[in-house]
Amino acid sequence: MPYIPHTSNDLAQMLRTIGVDSIEDLFDEIPKDLRSKLQNIPLGQSEMAVQQQLFAKSLQDGTPLCFAGGGAYEHYIPAALWEIATRGEFYSAYTPYQAEASQGTLQVIYEYQSMIASLTAMDVSNASLYDGASGLAEAVLMAVRANRKAKSKRILIPESVSPVYRQVVETIVKNQGITLELLPYDQRTGTIQVNQLDKQLNKPDDAFAALIIPQPNYFGSLEEVHQLTDWAHRHKALVIAQVNPISLALLEAPGNWGEHGADIAVGEAQALGIPLSSGGPYIGFLACKQKLVRQLPGRLVGRTVDLEGKTGFTLTLQAREQHIRRSKATSNICTNQGLMATAVTLYLAFLGRDGLQKVATTCALNTQTLMHLLEQNSDLSFPFGDRVFHEFIVQLPVPIDKVLSYLAQEDIVGGIDVSPHKHSTEQKNWLLICVTETKTEQELHFFADTLRSICQQINNEESS
Amino acid sequence: MSKRIIDQDAEPLIFDLSDNTRQSSSLAPKTGSEQNNPLASHLQRKSTLDLPQVGELQVLRHYTRLSQKNFSIDTHFYPLGSCTMKYNPRVCNTLAQLPGFSTRHPMAHSSISQGIMSCLFDLQTILKEATGMQQVSLTPMAGAQGEFAGVAMIRAYHDHNQAPLRSEIIVPDAAHGTNPATAVMCGYTVKEIPTNDQGDIDIQALEKMIGPQTAGIMLTNPSTLGVFERDIKHIAKLIHQAGGLLYYDGANLNAILGKVKPGDMGFDVIHMNLHKTFSTPHGGGGPGSGPIGVSERLQPFIPIPIVAHNEQGYYWLNEDDLPLSIGRLSAWMGNVGILLRAYIYALLLGRDGMERVADYATLNANYLFKRLVAADFEMAFPKRRASHEFILTLRKEAKNYGTSAMDFAKRLLDYGYHAPTTYFPLLVPECFLIEPTETESMADLDAFIETLIKIKAEAKESPNLLKEAPFELPVRRLDDVKAARELDLNFYHQE
Repeated sequence: MPYIPHTSNDLAQMLRTIGVDSIEDLFDEIPKDLRSKLQNIPLGQSEMAVQQQLFAKSLQDGTPLCFAGGGAYEHYIPAALWEIATRGEFYSAYTPYQAEASQGTLQVIYEYQSMIASLTAMDVSNASLYDGASGLAEAVLMAVRANRKAKSKRILIPESVSPVYRQVVETIVKNQGITLELLPYDQRTGTIQVNQLDKQLNKPDDAFAALIIPQPNYFGSLEEVHQLTDWAHRHKALVIAQVNPISLALLEAPGNWGEHGADIAVGEAQALGIPLSSGGPYIGFLACKQKLVRQLPGRLVGRTVDLEGKTGFTLTLQAREQHIRRSKATSNICTNQGLMATAVTLYLAFLGRDGLQKVATTCALNTQTLMHLLEQNSDLSFPFGDRVFHEFIVQLPVPIDKVLSYLAQEDIVGGIDVSPHKHSTEQKNWLLICVTETKTEQELHFFADTLRSICQQINNEESS
Repeated sequence: MSKRIIDQDAEPLIFDLSDNTRQSSSLAPKTGSEQNNPLASHLQRKSTLDLPQVGELQVLRHYTRLSQKNFSIDTHFYPLGSCTMKYNPRVCNTLAQLPGFSTRHPMAHSSISQGIMSCLFDLQTILKEATGMQQVSLTPMAGAQGEFAGVAMIRAYHDHNQAPLRSEIIVPDAAHGTNPATAVMCGYTVKEIPTNDQGDIDIQALEKMIGPQTAGIMLTNPSTLGVFERDIKHIAKLIHQAGGLLYYDGANLNAILGKVKPGDMGFDVIHMNLHKTFSTPHGGGGPGSGPIGVSERLQPFIPIPIVAHNEQGYYWLNEDDLPLSIGRLSAWMGNVGILLRAYIYALLLGRDGMERVADYATLNANYLFKRLVAADFEMAFPKRRASHEFILTLRKEAKNYGTSAMDFAKRLLDYGYHAPTTYFPLLVPECFLIEPTETESMADLDAFIETLIKIKAEAKESPNLLKEAPFELPVRRLDDVKAARELDLNFYHQE
């Protein structure tokens, strides 16, 4: 029987020991009228038969050339990474409740926390969260808890934060009396303009708990993070930096933004060694300044000693968590994203500082190459310019949904439709394109050429 | 007495293996360089970036060695109650990692995502059938997020019906800590309901607690006490009559798979822990996956997106199709890679295999239960049938020998067993919550029983063997107080 090792002799002996005639007798406390059988589920199959079906399903749609980002990024993953991460000792262990029997997982998480803190230039990181979007929601809740001085449950969230991230934050925090106030972006740069911010406040001393600063923002553009951080701190608000970890090899880390640095850094760490896999499982990281450590949600691993004075690792500050504090916990989060945190740690260990810098630089250079290629087509323009890391918006002369559908027929994931339908009377066809280190020169030319010919084709169809 | 049989050297931190002058390997692209930062200069990183510079083999060895310091299902019996540590079939992992699945961007056009969407659609159907619910959303990324989605839907339902008075969620005193924490995140006040001496909900206390302020109740069945809540139909009736809704915590679904469906018990919303019942990896603490199922009346509020199907193929339902939805819980559509593993597991088991899950999980638990009773261990609910797990209390041993449940747990580690869940539920003193799961053989259960008997004898004869345990693991018992008082969470920043 699949995954059940019992022999018929075992079964007979076990039933005799228990003192019942059949397994069915063990369910005698369940009211009879509630019992039912499973109906519309197929019968079990052999591993070979299942493998054949899944091979077919995985091949059905090919492996298209990907130029989409928007929070999920294609990067090269070292071959050794998942070989180690899926070792049974990592893959099939659980939350390290018994620290002495989980030193492997615990040390990996301590190393993960150290690496994330280093990348973001923050003092401490937690053991990870579900994903970047829910991580941003946890950062918002944390900021409201931490900034009691502001006596405000108001959060300023720029429109240049990913719309799906904004929706997730809304879903998670809306029942706790928190208001999310949208900051419009500048139409020329796609970024938040500091000189517009004071106008957003009803009166100059209007309090708010935190300002979220995305870097790079959803459109790929770089925000003036130093000015924005100082502005928020002048208003006694906390700064939540939402950042891409690969970009931090090149861009200033949140801990060093402005005069005092951001207070909380959060983001999606999928780019660090985790496959795209249709959107999950990913991993959210969350780091902060030392003074906020007791407001951090989720697991934390600390270094300590055993009773012989030998170094070891253990879960710590558990008094913040739901299994101790119950209704007064900092969050309802139960576990971290252990396997993904292991993968991120392995990625950063394999790549090292210079490896990550090479990945990031190659992303940026490849992006510039594609922008130059697209620039040669006079029908295309870049509404927010080219001050970007590895993503940018290009305005096309034809509807994006059609373009993406035609590109799909050429086996290309062409990007994300970010046309601002709701706010604009004139039709703007905006495509968000991402280029990482994985793209060859040849692929960039192929994509630029295909995009040009598809735009022409659609133009012809529409004018005929 | 404290002599360690195997002495394991400490593994240094990866940072201790680093040399700043070492250059990275072939794992980085050849183009691009450390010096060549093409981005706007005033936004460039000026602060140092500390990351380890270690050779590929040395990295690989370091993490391989660390992995060997873990107990896991693949290496040890792991009867951690309430966590369902059963075998994770390897094929589920192998197939989920196929390039056609793993390299797919979440925003890939649906015309070139039909393969994965068909898997997700079929999984929705299987989970609906297994739980007796009307609709399933796969998006919650863990059990706790499934709980959040469930309670948020209860709130959305009451808000939609303009019932602002309903401000309370009832939770049993034995519930998982996530239950009350979730209710508070959704803006509710938590009312704790006591359990009677047979492990069932105290109905009289419940009747007094229910009223027009009741938004709903959160229950696990079989409960966290390892017994089936026999009055569930009556409880459902009481709550529904008062206008409240019932939430089912799916932590213990493994015990009843194919036997009884939460939908038939009267639940309006449930979450499932796929890393438990559907055997997706626990991964050292995540990723989980917590799909939710809803009854008819909560269908409009279900989190988006969900997969639908018509003659043109599979497509996503989003906010335009479900305007009353509580919204999105993750950036994309949940932990698809985990959902895929659960789907593969469901195909392998089929409906016949699923029924055997509950059969043998229950058989193994009751066998352990009976044999431990025979060995004079005390059970918290000796007159009840064990579900897939049960609670043993070591209060006698604590009183007689001064050995706590934690001491027993640590000594078990020395014998190569991961300890059961300790000190949960909180209302049973010095307890073990033991869940063997269906994938353990009788021989392994017998060996575990013999070990517990042996440890009990040690407790009587030389209790320090327990109190100072473990002796044979990479570290001895750790100083948790020091860990909390002198926080050391980051190699690069010591407080």
